[in-house]
Amino acid sequence: MLTTNQLLFLLQGTLWTVVLALCGFIGGGILGLIIALLRVSKRRTLRWIGAGYVQCVQGVPLPVMMFIAYFGLALTGRNIPALVAAAASITIFAAAYLGEIWRGCIEAVPRTQWEAADSLALSSFHKHFDIILPQAVRLAVPPTVGFMVQIIKNTSYAVVIGFVELTQSGRIINNSVFEPFVIFSIVGAIYFALCFPLSRLSQTLEARLRARGA
Amino acid sequence: MQNADCRVELSPCRCERGVAFMKYRFDFEFLGEAWPEFVWGAVLTLKLTAAAIVLGLLFGTLCAVARTSGIGWLRKTITAYVEIIRNTPLLVQTFWLFFGLASLGFKMTAFTAALVALTVNITAYSSEIIRAGIESIRKGQIEAAESLGLTKSQILRDVILPPAIERVFPALTSQFVLMMLASSIMSQISAEELMAVAGRVQSETFRGFEIYLIVAGVYLLLAQLLRLTMHCISLIAFPRRRRLGTTL
Repeated sequence: MLTTNQLLFLLQGTLWTVVLALCGFIGGGILGLIIALLRVSKRRTLRWIGAGYVQCVQGVPLPVMMFIAYFGLALTGRNIPALVAAAASITIFAAAYLGEIWRGCIEAVPRTQWEAADSLALSSFHKHFDIILPQAVRLAVPPTVGFMVQIIKNTSYAVVIGFVELTQSGRIINNSVFEPFVIFSIVGAIYFALCFPLSRLSQTLEARLRARGA
Repeated sequence: MQNADCRVELSPCRCERGVAFMKYRFDFEFLGEAWPEFVWGAVLTLKLTAAAIVLGLLFGTLCAVARTSGIGWLRKTITAYVEIIRNTPLLVQTFWLFFGLASLGFKMTAFTAALVALTVNITAYSSEIIRAGIESIRKGQIEAAESLGLTKSQILRDVILPPAIERVFPALTSQFVLMMLASSIMSQISAEELMAVAGRVQSETFRGFEIYLIVAGVYLLLAQLLRLTMHCISLIAFPRRRRLGTTL
């Protein structure tokens, strides 16, 4: 079985998984909001840019993006840690999906709210940030929490560029003790412990939202 | 792509203040020799995807039907399976199947393990999607079928499943595209597909950046191809939709 040190190593990997997921969520959230706003913009070119971004990112596997970020950042000539490349690609990845989720939520705000804001002669900034987004956020919370599960699971793809997160640390320990069944069961259980509460929370929030008649 | 001289140069003189990055010379020369390998890799990825889609649809439908049935223990088992699969990464599932089960004596080739892992994974997702479709069928439809004296299996086959799958077909399509993209991780157990080919070419030519840009392009094409194929399948499989002229 595993020694205490090996278990600690797995926990350290878990910590890096969480760090990477948080980086991806925060970065992806900021970029995703921009994408969502581009997608609902009045200007056709802006809408196209947003749509093009989403189409491209949703058609490319995350491991490939990891490699592109890894080799691309290496071209700057500096020694960039794998964490930066991994966080950058998860940001790009998450932004496309969060952008689409949030666009749906923004569009679900009734048309009359936009018209009311226009008739009050609010500026575009105030219309979006004071009228539309606060209402859209309420709708957006359950699917966003649900997508956090996807982000956590997708951090495992950082193994391709050698970032030592949970899956990779499991693999490293396995190389020394060779008990793959036990080790990957533990690794899977840790992922489950991270993801399942979020999945449940997302479902509960959604049910509550539906109960309120939204 | 046969001519070996397909280089794109960003000449340094045009960007004097540019960082070292701008001086990078793109070199796609390796494509002259390696392009058949990329095509081969893409074909293997498509094969893996197609097999997993067929199996996933089959088992997914079975799981969905079993889950909507009244049998308690069956429903609980499938719910547990779906939750475990949906809350752990595909990569860990693959390692568990390939390395873990092999250590217990179930040995598989890498390609088989990749197919099994993808099937186990996509079955969970598609069963959830199809279940949503089944639950969206109105009670009246089933009661009407019962009053016509159809048997349970006839009702399932002719009344419930066709419109259920038709309704969730777009969601299934997106899930299948996601699965094709996720199949790229199977190179981690050295299953032969597009990413594995890319890794090999990269270790021979050291042109990582260019290679993965091209691989990204190929996956984009494959994703569009898969969406188009699924759309064509929907036109053939759901003639009622086609006659009505509504999009799926």
